[in-house]
Amino acid sequence: MQTRSTCPYCGVGCGVIIESDGTQITGVRGDPEHPANLGRLCTKGSTLHLTAASEITRSARLLQPARRLARGGPLQAIDWSTALDTAADRIADVVRQHGPDAVGLYLSGQLLTEDYYAFNKLAKGLLGTNNIDTNSRLCMSSAVAGYKKTLGADAPPCSYEDFAHADTLFITGSNTAWAHPILFRRLEDARAARPGQRWIVVDVRRTETAETADLFLQIRPGTDVALYHGMLHVMLAEGLTDARYIGAHTSGFEALRETVRDWTPARAAAVCGIVETDLIQAARWFAQADRPGGATLSLYCMGLNQSAAGTDKNAALINLHLATGQIGRAGAGPFSLTGQPNAMGGREVGGLSNLLSAHRDLANPAHRAEVAALWGLPDVPATPGRSAVEMFEAAADGEIRLLWIACTNPAQSMPDQAMVRRALERAEFVIVQEAFATTATVAYADLLLPATTWGEKIGSVTNSERRISRVRPAVAAPGETRHDWQIAVDVARRLEERLPERLHGQATLFPYADAESIWNEHRESTRGRDLDITGLSWAHLEQHGTQQWPMPEGALAGRPRLYEDGIFPTEDGRARFAPVAFRPVAEPVDAPYPFSLISGRLRDQWHGMSRTGTLGRLFGHVPEPVAEMNAADLDALGLKDGDLVEVRSRRGSVVLAAQAGGAVARGQVSIPMHWGEEVLGGTDADGVPRRGVNGLTLPTFCPGSKQPELKHSAVSIAKAELPWRMVGMAWLPQAEIVRVRESLRALMPAFAHAMVLPFGREPHDGGLGGVIWRASAATPAEAALIAEIAALLGLDGRTAMRYEDAERGQFRSARLDGGRLRSVLLAGDTRAESWIRTLVKDELPAQAYGRRLLAASATPPVAITERGRQVCTCFNVTEPQIVEQLGRCEGSAEARLSQLQGALKCGTNCGSCLPVLRGLVKASIPLVPVAG
Amino acid sequence: MKLVMIGNGMAGVRVLEELLKIAPDLHDITVFGAEPHPNYNRIMLSPVLAGEQTLDQIVLNPLSWYERHGITLHLGTTVTTIDRARRQVIATRADGTTISASYDRLILATGSTPFIPPVPGHRLEGVIAYRDIADTETMIEAARTRRHAVVVGGGLLGLEAANGLKLRGMEVTVVHLGAWLLDRQLDPTAGRLLQQALEARGLRFALQAQTEALLGDAEDGQAGRVRALRLKDGREIPADLVVMAAGIRPNTALARSAGLLCDHDGRGGIRVSDTMQTVTDARIWAVGECASHRGIAYGLVAPLYEQARVLAAHLGETGVGRYTGSQTATRLKVTGIDLFSAGDFMGGDDSEQILLSDPVDGVYRKLVLREGRLVGACLYGDTSDGSWYFDLIREGATLGELREQLMFGRTGAVAALA
Repeated sequence: MQTRSTCPYCGVGCGVIIESDGTQITGVRGDPEHPANLGRLCTKGSTLHLTAASEITRSARLLQPARRLARGGPLQAIDWSTALDTAADRIADVVRQHGPDAVGLYLSGQLLTEDYYAFNKLAKGLLGTNNIDTNSRLCMSSAVAGYKKTLGADAPPCSYEDFAHADTLFITGSNTAWAHPILFRRLEDARAARPGQRWIVVDVRRTETAETADLFLQIRPGTDVALYHGMLHVMLAEGLTDARYIGAHTSGFEALRETVRDWTPARAAAVCGIVETDLIQAARWFAQADRPGGATLSLYCMGLNQSAAGTDKNAALINLHLATGQIGRAGAGPFSLTGQPNAMGGREVGGLSNLLSAHRDLANPAHRAEVAALWGLPDVPATPGRSAVEMFEAAADGEIRLLWIACTNPAQSMPDQAMVRRALERAEFVIVQEAFATTATVAYADLLLPATTWGEKIGSVTNSERRISRVRPAVAAPGETRHDWQIAVDVARRLEERLPERLHGQATLFPYADAESIWNEHRESTRGRDLDITGLSWAHLEQHGTQQWPMPEGALAGRPRLYEDGIFPTEDGRARFAPVAFRPVAEPVDAPYPFSLISGRLRDQWHGMSRTGTLGRLFGHVPEPVAEMNAADLDALGLKDGDLVEVRSRRGSVVLAAQAGGAVARGQVSIPMHWGEEVLGGTDADGVPRRGVNGLTLPTFCPGSKQPELKHSAVSIAKAELPWRMVGMAWLPQAEIVRVRESLRALMPAFAHAMVLPFGREPHDGGLGGVIWRASAATPAEAALIAEIAALLGLDGRTAMRYEDAERGQFRSARLDGGRLRSVLLAGDTRAESWIRTLVKDELPAQAYGRRLLAASATPPVAITERGRQVCTCFNVTEPQIVEQLGRCEGSAEARLSQLQGALKCGTNCGSCLPVLRGLVKASIPLVPVAG
Repeated sequence: MKLVMIGNGMAGVRVLEELLKIAPDLHDITVFGAEPHPNYNRIMLSPVLAGEQTLDQIVLNPLSWYERHGITLHLGTTVTTIDRARRQVIATRADGTTISASYDRLILATGSTPFIPPVPGHRLEGVIAYRDIADTETMIEAARTRRHAVVVGGGLLGLEAANGLKLRGMEVTVVHLGAWLLDRQLDPTAGRLLQQALEARGLRFALQAQTEALLGDAEDGQAGRVRALRLKDGREIPADLVVMAAGIRPNTALARSAGLLCDHDGRGGIRVSDTMQTVTDARIWAVGECASHRGIAYGLVAPLYEQARVLAAHLGETGVGRYTGSQTATRLKVTGIDLFSAGDFMGGDDSEQILLSDPVDGVYRKLVLREGRLVGACLYGDTSDGSWYFDLIREGATLGELREQLMFGRTGAVAALA
């Protein structure tokens, strides 16, 4: 059975075809008819079916409503009726006693449009509070604010098809190769089809995207505005701006000209830490100095958004497009790449604390009146709600008393985890509506409401290019899970009974039989708005596939490109230049915190990893948390590659291994955003828990967008003096892995540093999956604790061999099964890991090593060849294999790549590894055929 | 010089062998042996019982050896009196006749006697010790005609007896006072591994079990042939044969009657100096299980041979050697079961332990360290490094870096440190 749906990961919005046998999802492939991906899927998307395996559903999902009678106590399963009554009772109580603004709803850009709509109406319509915000605030709100500030509406004006028409691509603050792999495939295609296409990449890190650039500007953190101003200065000086466009379609250019006057390329380059001629080159290419009429397309993402000056960065970039007329035509425009699958859809229904349905503004009385009329209410509340950070700060301060969190994991993803945890602890009642039972936030829930997830849900989403796609269920909701919109509506109806005065005489505000009826109400709310979709219906989506908004009544299709007529959704129809001032990072480095912490995404992981983190194979690319640093900084600190370091900010700390890399500039350290407390923990010397990477990050947010500066914090780095080490690896039955990981996770606070992650390759022939555990401490752990960990890793006294020197804190244990090393735990001296890890991971024959497996030696009993770094996740191809094969390839780079792919299949499925393959091809020496 | 030796066992005859090497003509030698056999390897009685060796194969010195060296040998002859004043020993032959022999030098090599706990019924027919060829033959015979055997004592000898009887087809239960088997030679872990291995061979065990009485087949249960053993907890174990292997006592009756000083009222052996000379009479030496050196009466062969060498050197008037005591190592002679222990393998609060176990291969190793030195080892399953550990214990050398590799054996350790 095949079901067309949409991938739940990033904002590219790829179409997927789900294969199922009716009860179980059995496969997934890219939908060749979906315009976003044309049949392609990345590593994450192409393994979606594996995350829906029955073992994972049974062990990792939340399948039944539950409550906790005491904080920190055990969960008690309850029925839905009790759960919904409890939620409604508690919410109604808080509203009656403290007013509706004492309730906070925190949602997610991964909810579907229909879910979002129901929640938004519940908060702003029924309860009468604007305290509803979502994790889109951490993701896209600066892009929204930037668009609105300059173009007048929250609408990316471009489409993916513009990639093929662009002459210059300006990729800034986006590691597209990793964060949006399918778009990167399209970019590669575009470049191949359009040989003159030039790529400029601006990033603080030399990312895989940067490696592909024709011009790479490695700017200092937070200096984007200086760069754009400097580029505009060059354009003005060299007469590269488009005076006709500026005159006809914009306002406010003079003020901007004044602003950039001082931003000479020399000054801008100095602030950005780049070469002046590179800045000038970028300005010329952007303005198409040598190709009049050429098109420039900007692609940007979190590098601009997750900043205390996020709105300014977005606006300053859009300034460049407006000043050069690079907007409103094929291949041109400022194209914000959305992080989440439905951040767009959420905003369309007004699912943020400052928005109302259909891109209406809370601050606008006319907009409020329109929404109230749509909902049949006398009014909707005018007081702006609390944005994400503000909401948790208010909860920490006791002003918000009840939190309802749906489809997101603030205890992982919000900045300043110490504050977030205070909020979750202080809130009188915390409702967590979730699909997965393993998120850090679940631990704080008083009430757990089990939700459906990908493959089960029904509704719609909107991707980066304003494209509305249907999400369809392939299998029934497992256990007692319910759709998010259903849960919202069920609670809302109970609230209507408890707060009848809020109905103003209506029978119900939630007369929905299904998701489609909610969508129809949403559609009606868009009439006459910039995102008008009154010409669209679920039936139309069913018959004609996806559509881009706007598609007003009577239109036959959506619009791929906005502002082609030069008329903008502002009062005067003109786009507005934003003469923003350059502001440095919110927390500059200083003597006590001399390093810049940069966060980012990994290629094969998604957000807090509640879904991708269930698959060992997605850890083949980056197997463990590391702090990537410049080799010179490691030297200067007296550190070696692989040393454990404590990274500390004013708010918290983490311990992880330092890794020397060429991607990170001096003075910086890069830690991916994924490593939350679920996988990386410990307790510092003062007994303060380490809360993952966001224990370090900064809650300071952009005044315009309220988006926090997740991308930059000042940190210190010191060698972690934790001589006692522990590493354990085990192959365990898939059905047990989650339990074992959760049990190990519960033990992490006992150590100064600990981590637990999966490894391996699903589906495994023996139905096994890998778990790797590490812990470090200043002194050896208690024998009982070591024994507990050993038992969790399947090292019991009946089958595992064991070496123990308690006085020296040495404990090593290993279990052989079928001649293979199935479990191993090394504690104290862990040097043997260097070769034992390979025996375990690669499942090599190990019977012959016997008890020598327990000898603490960095030298293996016999030489063991490691498979090496996995490059291709789909076909499990490693770097050494590729290098070896390339030694037999001949001809041009493209020819050698093709031969390589023919031989090893690497990069022939999802293509996420193509940038690496190209790099390896480039670095290899072609075999020269010897003439006959 | 007339040299008389009382006892014809392994320790004593080893003295003669050594002596004859260094001073073949110095003495006119007479040997009295209570058993009717020439010197045989008592340690190998267990393989004989197990059917793996024959009696002929375990003879160490055939009669021709005595003849060749001109030794006067009185077999089946029990010495009853030592007349120190006349320097004469008086003995009784098996036929009841008496002979005597005078000496210039006298060696007491009287060995030890099995300790028979004085429980009711210990004199019943079918209740035996396990000490010599006669006992072994009794057991072999019993195994042919009887079904149930109980061995009292889970020490080395008891387990070897039990194993042999089991191999000969009997249902065997070992009754042991201690909490684990070989509790003087193994730690609890190794003891339990051993028990599992023996249970797998069909042996049964009653641990922490004290014998209350042996019951006979006479009507009052106090006479006739043994039929059962009753434990303090009331359990009765059927027994057609009871082998007492509850320990040995140095055989000092003769020495005490001659006025030689013995430790612990004789239970501790004949007190000797570092040259194995009795402290009471300069013409008399004692060697082997009957001797108490610095308070210790050894029951294992290795120290006895060391004593023999020292004594022979003195008798041969060539040596200035001193016996200063032995570290002992334990091995169990049950085919297929390898265990080894040496030194202070139990350890204590002031010691450190390194453990290795491999339950699949049935291997367990414990090494005990004190102040950076190896002081004890207990090995089960893989005893290949036993002698290396034994050397390290005796040498008392500081281990240093060797500690980390110690457990993995000599080959690996030497390679790792090279």
